[in-house]
Formats: sequence, structure tokens, C-alpha cells
Amino acid sequence: MLRLEPRAQPSTLMQATAPLLAIVATIIGGGILFLILGKNPFESIRIIFWDPLFNEALVSYTRPQLLVKAAPLVMIALGLSFGFRAGIWNIGAEGQFVMGALAGSAVGLALHPMQGIWILPLMLVSGIAGGFVWAMIPALLRVYFRTNEILVSLMLVYVSYKILTAMVTGPLRSPIGYNFPESRSFHDNPSMHNSELIAGTGIHWGIVITGLLVILCYYVMRRHLFGYHVNLMGQSNKVARFAGVRINLVIVVCLGITGALAGLAGILEASGPAGKLSPHFPVGYGFTAIIVAFLGRLHPIGIVLAGLLMALTYIGGELAQFMLDAPAAAIQVFQGMLLFFLVAADVLVNYRVRIGTPGRPTSGAREVTAGSSS
Amino acid sequence: MSKADTHRTDAGRQFGPLLCLQELSKAYPGVQACDQISMSIDHSAIHALLGENGAGKSTLVKMIYGLVRPDSGSMSFNGSAFAPAQPRTARAAGVAMVFQHFSLFEALTVSENILLSLDDAQMAGIAERIRGVAESYHLLLEPGRMVGDLSAGERQRVEIVRCLMQNPKLLIMDEPTSVLTPQEVDSLFGTLRRLAGEGTSILYISHKLEEIRELCADATILRQGKVVDSCDPRECSAEQLAEMMVGTSIGRAGSKQKMRDRILLRVAGLSLENSAPFGVNLSDINFDLHAGEILGIAGIAGNGQDELQGALSGELPVSSGQCQLHGEDVITHSSSRRRKLGLLTAPEQRLGHAASPDMSLTENTLLSGTLRMKLAPRGIVDWKHTRRFATDIIEGFDVRTSGTQAAARSLSGGNLQKFLIGREILQKPEVLVVNQPTWGVDANAAAAVRRALIQLADAGSGILVISQDLDELLEISDRIAVLSAGRLSRSLPTSETSRTEIGLLMAESQDATS
Repeated sequence: MLRLEPRAQPSTLMQATAPLLAIVATIIGGGILFLILGKNPFESIRIIFWDPLFNEALVSYTRPQLLVKAAPLVMIALGLSFGFRAGIWNIGAEGQFVMGALAGSAVGLALHPMQGIWILPLMLVSGIAGGFVWAMIPALLRVYFRTNEILVSLMLVYVSYKILTAMVTGPLRSPIGYNFPESRSFHDNPSMHNSELIAGTGIHWGIVITGLLVILCYYVMRRHLFGYHVNLMGQSNKVARFAGVRINLVIVVCLGITGALAGLAGILEASGPAGKLSPHFPVGYGFTAIIVAFLGRLHPIGIVLAGLLMALTYIGGELAQFMLDAPAAAIQVFQGMLLFFLVAADVLVNYRVRIGTPGRPTSGAREVTAGSSS
Repeated sequence: MSKADTHRTDAGRQFGPLLCLQELSKAYPGVQACDQISMSIDHSAIHALLGENGAGKSTLVKMIYGLVRPDSGSMSFNGSAFAPAQPRTARAAGVAMVFQHFSLFEALTVSENILLSLDDAQMAGIAERIRGVAESYHLLLEPGRMVGDLSAGERQRVEIVRCLMQNPKLLIMDEPTSVLTPQEVDSLFGTLRRLAGEGTSILYISHKLEEIRELCADATILRQGKVVDSCDPRECSAEQLAEMMVGTSIGRAGSKQKMRDRILLRVAGLSLENSAPFGVNLSDINFDLHAGEILGIAGIAGNGQDELQGALSGELPVSSGQCQLHGEDVITHSSSRRRKLGLLTAPEQRLGHAASPDMSLTENTLLSGTLRMKLAPRGIVDWKHTRRFATDIIEGFDVRTSGTQAAARSLSGGNLQKFLIGREILQKPEVLVVNQPTWGVDANAAAAVRRALIQLADAGSGILVISQDLDELLEISDRIAVLSAGRLSRSLPTSETSRTEIGLLMAESQDATS
């Protein structure tokens, strides 16, 4: 009989290997999925995981795309990691992403056709503010009315979608767009355009800023007292309160960081790769970033690796769609499987698998706690 | 012991004891819960098991009921060997138990709850069977009612009827009156006497002395896992019982006479309303703590100990009152600011309150030492300095661990407690508030912790020790006060008080709370 035995101390080895185990399990599970769909599993896996990186015919497109897709995922996941470490579950980064894009775009479009090097930075600051304000709604409701931030932040995603649609069919609709529900293209005005910095690499300001943020977050997590307080809260509020942590402040700051970074990612995406706002602008980066954060162990470096992997599944998934005629949902199933297997593999961090029946009366002591105490 | 011996010789007779325990022992990590306990319970007897919290009463009855397996020793029940591996076996033999905390499902009816516990569950006719049993013992009970709608007394009746449906030969009752009104207690006693009259033996666990004197004909007294005495409680005074319960040996009390004039901490009119479940309110707490003094706060857990510690540390907001440290009122200060001023605390719960279980000892050092030890100047953690401080604690307090990177939860209770007390002491507190400093700690570590506290007081700090362990308080404190139902008694100099006096005060206060 298989049995789980608690470890005296969390295994650092397993903390590192659990994501790898999850990836392997996902590849196997995904292969089986494609087999059931009637596709060659080996070819499918190769198209998703190998071709975007190494197929000579594709890399000129796919390699830059990898960075373009990974940057917003990593940026949002970095923000999420603070809250997740503290046990604050912001599930609504997608909404903060959209509101950041809207706020930043609105500022930029209002200034059009003005020119100036200060316009793009101003848009980015507005984007940060938009995401931050949107995240303050669940934060303040939680602090003052003890609402559940999971529900509030998630519901606000759908509100943000509606606002986006209202804006692109109303005030932000392009005057030269034949009444299509979309904004003016940011590519029209070089001052608003978050353009490629080095041609052919896909590198735009978002990727540069993400790189800097990774270093900053690593430093704050590791060296700053705030990072320590966040970790303490994740252990228990009682410990944190004993240590003198101002719990409500940490809740607000964590949600604020997530909102600000998601908003920044939103405006960078809108003014860069997306190029304009439309109802199809959100593609679920805010949700996928949750998987990225956990797959990356809530650690900045891990998040970079996880973000790249997720970007790979996006691009590989697109390839699989037109090369194999695979359904678009297959890639979401892939991403879902990854999180699922990760959560399963995480059990091994705190438990070890033992084969056989329990030997000695350690189980006796457990029964005491299970029974009535007095 | 003498009583147990006579019973053993009785065993050959036709009506020997119903249950006979021989040298039962059970140890948990760091504590010998039961140490070679021998006793016996006669047929049709109401037998009291008396002892302070932590004396081993619960562990002992859990062994009889098959919830815990003894490390050594043997039992015989009704003349044959008895070693229940699980409660089902014990029930089959005729042992039933009513727990202190009810184990009922509130969303189910009385019948359904009772049905769940029966080994021969049959829905048909269950209500009639329940009514039959309930009526024959004059226990008012309506099988169709939801348990959630019942009072504590009614719920207990459900538990009792549930036990009686199994026709037990021995009924174990763990602190049955702690949730009952006086009227319910009277009716419970009537039921128990009737049961005993019909041949069922009852093992009655309590620390309420008057109750035991009224109800029981035999009593076995446990102290620190050992049988210390047995008697007929009807022939003993409450004072005598209290003395047996808390022991009679004289400690080192009175050896220190170092009352100093300087008041470090003055608490005046402190009240706190606790909205948490099972929370206790503090009302009008007053005391002075002098430099170089150890003030002991005795009392049974759940009388406001955690609340007092939380109010002093700044973790719990108080509703009124003052807390003056060096004459400055700190009651509105955050816990960080109090710490900075020298008011440090060591909570009872080690993992999850005083220490973060999965974090390393170094990280746990930072937990309370940030400000006073300047471990994070301008918010940037100096890990090297923090690690050095952790090493100092480990070396200074003989903490057995693999090193500063060990997770707090990997340490034994005693070693972790030495670490946590050491963490506060090395910060040179002006005032240290310690809650249950040696709870669940092995004897060596407990002695080390006490020694460290005395040294700290000798160096001029004021220490407030909140403890259930009266021996401990008599050993180390200069004055003792009792906390009961959220109220603090006046303090008595340890040298002028006796165990009996405090033991009685503790037992009385327990009666007042329930």
C-alpha cells in the first residue's frame, strides 16, 4: 500500500524538482490527449515544445514571439507572487491588466496627435494607476468589510471586459475605423507606440522593464523586511501579528503591487504588440500568470523560466492549430494540466511516499488528535 | 496505591473489580503522560479520577476506551484480559464514553446522531428504542429534534443515551459538568446514581472538588502522570483533596526576598472584549511588576491567559485600561513599539504564534528581534548579523539542532522553547511576559528555562510568568496571583502562601466559570 509520510522539514530538492515532474507529467498527459484526438502524440509534442525553439523555418518568427508573450506573463506573475506568498488570492489580475491598458490608452489617445518623448512614459504611469485603482477595490473591501478578495477580484474581471467593450464602441472608438469596435492604432503615432527596440528580436520596453523588475523583486523578497513580512503572513496571521506586521497594510500593498504591475503589462501590451484596443484585446494573460507564478515557485527566477515555458505553449499551441488542425482549447487543457500536476507534485515537498503499512505507533498519537481532546 | 493492592487480592472473589489497570504507561515526545498507573474500579461504583490539567487523566481514559495504545502495562475487564485496539472493541466489551466536547452533528436529528454511533445500525424503530431508554432513566429527549437546536444539557443527554443504548458496564464521563447549568448538574447526578444503582460503573473525571465529594465513593488522584493517592472523597475535606491534587512537597519558595521599589510595569483597569469563539473577556486587571521580580499568574487554561498575554504584547486591542512601562502608557502602542521600549513576550503556542514552523531558526530570529537587535537597518535585512544572533541563542541556551538553517518545526518542543525564550532574553527585555513557559517541554529543558528566567530577574528585569503549573510558580515566582474567568486576584507573596490556599482558589475559580 502506498502511504504518505510527513517530512520533518520541507524538502528543498523536491521544491526544485516538482515543477520539472509536473512538466514531464504534462507532456505525457498531453501526448495521451493528442492520441485520443487521433494525432501522432510524438509529432504533436515536437510541434509544441521543440519547433518554436529549433525549427529553422520558424524561429525567425517564434523566438521573438516567445519574449513578447513571456514578458506580460512574467510581469503579472511577479506582482501576483507577493500576494500569493502572503496568502492573499488576487485572481483578478486579468481585470487589472485590462483596466491598466484602458487607462493608459485613454491618456495616449486623448493627447493624439501630439508628439513628445514624454507621452509613452505618461501612458505607462497611467496604466500603472489604472491597474492599481482596480486592485484597490478588492483590497479596501477586504480590509474594511472583510469581503473575500478571490470573489471580488474575479468578478471585477468581467466588469472590466464590459467597460472595455463600452469604451471601444464609445469614447475610444477610432474615428477612422469604419465604425469597427476598436481604438485608433497606436502604431499611427510614434510617440504612443511601444515599438520594437532592436529590429527582429521582439524586444520592446516591456521586456526591458520586466528584466529590471525581476531583479528588484528578487531583492525585495530576499533582503527587504517587507518580503519577510509577506512570507510571515503566508505562514499564519497569528505569527505575523506577533512579529508586529501590520496585516491590513500588507494586504493593501500586495494587491496594489499586483494591480500596478498588471496594469503596466496591460498598457505595454496595448501600445506595443497588440497595437490597439478591441474587445479581443484580453487573451487571458492575467489568468495564465497565476499558473506562471505557481509553476515558478513564487520565486522571481522561477517565474522567468515558467513564463518562458508558458509562452512556449502559447506559440506551440498556435502551431499545432494550423499544422495539426488541433482544437484551440487543447492548449488551455495543456496549461490546466500543468497547474494540476504541479499541485499534485507539491505534496512531495512536505511528504514522502512510503510503501507498506504503518509500522510503529506514530499512528496512535494521530488518533488522539483525531479523537476528542480534553 | 494501597487501595489498588487490596483490590488485586479481591480479584479471586466472585465480585472482583470491574476494571483493573496494572502499571499502565504512555509517553508522548517530551512528556510521560501516564507513568505506571495501577487502579481498579468496582462494580456499581461511581469512581472519581481527580487531577489538575495535564495530570494524565485524559490519556488514561483514552487508553481504556481504545483511542490510545499504552506503551506498557495491562488491563483486565470483568475478569478477563482487556487491550482494546480501537474504540469499537472497547464498546463491544461494554465501555462507553461521554466526551468533554460533544461529538454530535448539529445538522442531524437526535435519532440520526445516535444511529451513526451504533455498531448495529438499524433505522427502523430507532426512535422507539431511544424513547424507551430515555424514559427509563428519566432523560427528557425528543428523537426527532435537530441537535443544533438543543441546549448543552440536552446535547449531553443525547450523548448519554447514545452510550446507554449499548448497555455499557462502564461509563466514562470526561468533565461532564463543565458546560451544564446547576439544575442540569443535579439532574445528571440523579441519572448517574440511578445507573450505578442498576449495576453500571461510572468513571467520573473532574477537578471540581465539591462535585466529587457529593457524588463519588472512591477517588484516584493523579499528579504528573502518577497515582499519588486514593481516598473516599466523602470522608475528605475539599482542602485535603486540593492538597492531594497539587502535591504537598515544599518548593524553594521564599528563598528569594528581593522586592525592589522600582515599578517597571503597572497595569490598571485593563479590560478586553474577545469576540473570538471560546474567547474570554478580561475585566479590570490590576497589578504592578517591580524590577528584579517574578510575578506568577496561576490559573487553569482558558481563563484569560492568552488574552492577557495578547493585551500586554499589543496583539489584541483592549477596550479600556492602562499599561504603563516606566510610567509611560503603552496601551495604544503597536507591538513593535512596545518591543522597542523593552516589553517583550513569549506566547504559549510555539509553532504558529511564537515561531513560524517552516522558516529556519535564522528567519525566526528576525521575527521578534528585528528592532532591538537592529537586524534590519532601514528595512534591509542583515542576514549575516541575524545568523550570528541565532547562533548566539543556540549556543547560549543549549538548543539541540542541526544548525541555524533548521526549520523551527523540526526541533523538539523543549529545544524550540529554549530557543524562543533565549531569543527574548538575549534582547535584554525590561519586562518579559511568558505564557506557559514549560508547557509540553521535557524536564531538563523546563529546568533550563526556569533557570534562565530567574537569572534574567536577578539581572533586574521584571518577569510575568503565566502558568498552569503551580509547582513551577511556587518555585520561581516572588508573588502569585490567580487569573480566573478573566479576573485577576490580588497577589500573595509566595513565601506567605500555601499550595492549599492557591489550589483551592484555582478549583473555586473553575467552578465560578462554568
